[in-house]
Amino acid sequence: MTAATAHPWMANSVPALKQAMLDEIGARSIDELFEQIPAEHRLKVPLNLPPGLRSEVELKRHLTSLLRRTESCEDYLSFLGAGCWQHHVPAVVDEIVGRFELLTNVWGSPQSDFGRNQAWFEYASQLGELVGMEVVSLPVYSWGCAAGHAIRMASRLTGRREAVLARWSDPERLSVIRSYCEPRGMGGHIEVVTVRHDPTTGGLDLVDLERQLSTRTAALYVESPSYLGVIEAEGARTAELAHRAGALLIVGADPISLGVLAAPADWGADIVVGPTQPLGVHMNCGGGVGGYIASRDEERFVREYNGFLVSITGTSKPGQFGFGLASAHQTSYGMRELGKDWTGNSVYLWAIANAVYLALLGPQGMREVGETILQRRAYAARQLAAIPGVTIPFASCFKEFVVDCSGTGRTVAAINEALRRGGIFGGKDLSTELPELGQSALYCVTEIHTHADLDRLAEAVREAVQ
Amino acid sequence: MTRLREFHAASWDEPLVMEMGHPGRRGMMFLTEPELAGSVGSAPELVPAAMRRTVPPDLPELSEPEVQRHYLRLSQETQGMMHISLFGTCTMKYHPAVAEQAARRWLAELHPLQPEDTLQGALEAVHRFDLILRELSGMDQFVFQAGGGADAAYTHAVVTRAYFQARGELGQRDEIVTSIQAHPCNAATAAAAGFRVVTLMLEEDGYPSVDALRAAVSNRTAALMINNPDDMGIYNPHIGEWVRIVHEAGGLAFYDHANFNGVMGKLRASELGFDACMYMLHKTFGAPKGGGGPAVGAYGCSAELAPFLPGPVVVEEGGRYRLDQDRPLSAGKVREFWGNIPQVVKAYAWAVGMGGDGIAEASDLSVLANNYMDHRLGGIRGLARSHQEDRRWRMEMTRWGLGPLKEETGVGTVDVANRMADYGVDPWWMSHEPWVVPEPFTPEAGEMYGKEELDYWIAVVARIVEEARQNPELVKSAPHRQPIAQVDGTGLDDPRRWAITWRAHRRKSAEQVSRRSAAE
Repeated sequence: MTAATAHPWMANSVPALKQAMLDEIGARSIDELFEQIPAEHRLKVPLNLPPGLRSEVELKRHLTSLLRRTESCEDYLSFLGAGCWQHHVPAVVDEIVGRFELLTNVWGSPQSDFGRNQAWFEYASQLGELVGMEVVSLPVYSWGCAAGHAIRMASRLTGRREAVLARWSDPERLSVIRSYCEPRGMGGHIEVVTVRHDPTTGGLDLVDLERQLSTRTAALYVESPSYLGVIEAEGARTAELAHRAGALLIVGADPISLGVLAAPADWGADIVVGPTQPLGVHMNCGGGVGGYIASRDEERFVREYNGFLVSITGTSKPGQFGFGLASAHQTSYGMRELGKDWTGNSVYLWAIANAVYLALLGPQGMREVGETILQRRAYAARQLAAIPGVTIPFASCFKEFVVDCSGTGRTVAAINEALRRGGIFGGKDLSTELPELGQSALYCVTEIHTHADLDRLAEAVREAVQ
Repeated sequence: MTRLREFHAASWDEPLVMEMGHPGRRGMMFLTEPELAGSVGSAPELVPAAMRRTVPPDLPELSEPEVQRHYLRLSQETQGMMHISLFGTCTMKYHPAVAEQAARRWLAELHPLQPEDTLQGALEAVHRFDLILRELSGMDQFVFQAGGGADAAYTHAVVTRAYFQARGELGQRDEIVTSIQAHPCNAATAAAAGFRVVTLMLEEDGYPSVDALRAAVSNRTAALMINNPDDMGIYNPHIGEWVRIVHEAGGLAFYDHANFNGVMGKLRASELGFDACMYMLHKTFGAPKGGGGPAVGAYGCSAELAPFLPGPVVVEEGGRYRLDQDRPLSAGKVREFWGNIPQVVKAYAWAVGMGGDGIAEASDLSVLANNYMDHRLGGIRGLARSHQEDRRWRMEMTRWGLGPLKEETGVGTVDVANRMADYGVDPWWMSHEPWVVPEPFTPEAGEMYGKEELDYWIAVVARIVEEARQNPELVKSAPHRQPIAQVDGTGLDDPRRWAITWRAHRRKSAEQVSRRSAAE
């Protein structure tokens, strides 16, 4: 079923070239080359796919007709977050990650990949400054995956089999963590133990936390800001409790908060994980997510990383620097099933986006974006709290916060539907996953939201609950 | 005779970004709204006192164009696919520009939790691509949550767990069988999911024997995870029997389709009896590699396994598309949300642009090109083809070795790889570990490159082999026309010398200086 003309993406699809190659190798037909596949393995039912759209005009029209049936967070005013957030992506970031060399490279030599490796080292170096750590591996698939790997690291380091974490965790993230902790009945099962929250602050209930920690605890995993946006008020106290139990403290931190929030290492984190998407990666319908893992530069930690660690080193030319993989043999590439978990393709292009983003912002930009978000979030909360029946249960938040509409007599679903008609995506409905919070939604406010946007939201909610 | 280019890579002698800039410079500003700020009070007061950042992060201070040009220079110091890359096992192929354009235009600012009626186009694209993969594989349902091929292998391990949990056999079926030639991620993800790994070794024909498999399976077998053909270009003709043996023992059979390019449109995983399979969209289906992602491991399985898939699953109902979240038997998630949707859409664009005829032709061309390469490489003294005694045509790639050249000249595969870049050719892929062929290399031509480019690549290899004979030091000290000289790897396993961040590098350099002065 070969078409008569060459396919524009395949240089050897010219019949004469195929014949020339067949002649040179001494084969009669292309089909002969598949002699290794037994006849009974060949397709039983012919392939039923339409012929290719070889004209780009036609292909583009097809893609456009399909994809235009979407409406984006730029068409709407969106307050969705919960693990994927609408932040500003600088144009320079888009330009760099669109560069052909960076978009298409695979795995050359340390010399031919030099520029990319330098960008990766700059990712780790800059992120390390934010979290206060000297080791940052190349990112893993997502925040949940980073937390899962970190918990497994902690279990190997301590020889213990329990992870303690917040009851009010992101269900997406928690589901991934539970996969990584293996179900009961598997050899490596790690029990997930949850901690209650202080109903007035939304932070961890430290009394319950102390109760849950024990000599079985491998790691306490604390997020700040949490899934519900809450900044833990007493981070150092959680570290103290974890360490007293002989456990490691893993902190989950959104890096865009770290121009204004203390570096997790400074309040006692042993391992820090978090999302990378906020730093210059588009939401991409959830495909923008990525996760970082960082720790102190202690050999016992470094030897437990699953991912690639890009180290600066010298070259055969004095004074010149290059990059190579540190402690690489421990990965699954080096040791198969005896390696540390596994590694593979991940979101390494986004690590370059993160590097460019951090270099653009610098210390001033990171402070300003953090302060802008803190103030806008606080303003949005105040405007919404002024609406009769609407309450903001937890005050101390970064970019996300719970909006409880129980007092209005309306469901979140009904309010979001009304907002939707006004061109607004309301916050994520929490009423099913966290019924104890009533008719609550998780709103996200970032640096892209203006004063006017927030007033528009408050006005729309006010109308929706009337 | 192919003329080799007088190539030299860009060499910018570029400093690290942390060493650049000037205090007070900045590359990005945010909208300040004093009225809003004034009404809520100062930002630090919105943070609990103990949790405020007091020392700013030590990031560089640069203007916007400085950052832009720094990273443009780093991109120029990266070879990428600017010329010829025949990186075996990774199936280097064209990433259609029109697909990249569409994905960027339509998908960047979508949020995965938007109301489904605002996502119909994206959901439909995912579903249509699911149907294409079903047609190619015979599977009944695909999901795209896995963030890479290894993550799809992990997906299989967790689906296997959930399947046997539902059958009450989870504790009993604790072994996964694979082969030493299967990608390391199969063994590694099985182990990370809690299984014991049984690895079959290769025998004379280039694959493990049926008897070895029979001896390995038992009522403890949860699954077989296997690729075919393998990275040597050898197709295991007993694969159907393998699947039968595993099924008879009560296990599941997973087809790692990393090497799909040579068999796409030629066979179907389901027709060989497999329960599940995996495709890498950043390899076989034309999505870009990005230096290692964002990637997608598309995982497909039979209707029997579908209830155990990670959710959500995109489903079509009467011309509308939705995310099915209500999946009580689901294994749970392997990654947040429903996948790298732009990559799925790029792969869909590739598949639509190729069509059934183009996909079949691509495997034809890949296998033709590989056998053409084999023929030409066979004429270069010093190279050895794996399993040379097997005279049959190979599939889409062949494992070669430089054993004879190494014995003759001392020049090995790493040296040649380093030197290749001097001719503007991407260094070749050697082999996954363990090396079963001395000094291995594994070219995979794929369907994109024309005969002249394959000839160029072969001419580069021939030239370097000649250099190895005439001036081995030239090759061993390569590269000479790259952004930097040969990287010194001696300190990379030494905790006192590795430095994974600039901060660590500065500390360790200072410590080294003080150690040295103490010694003097």
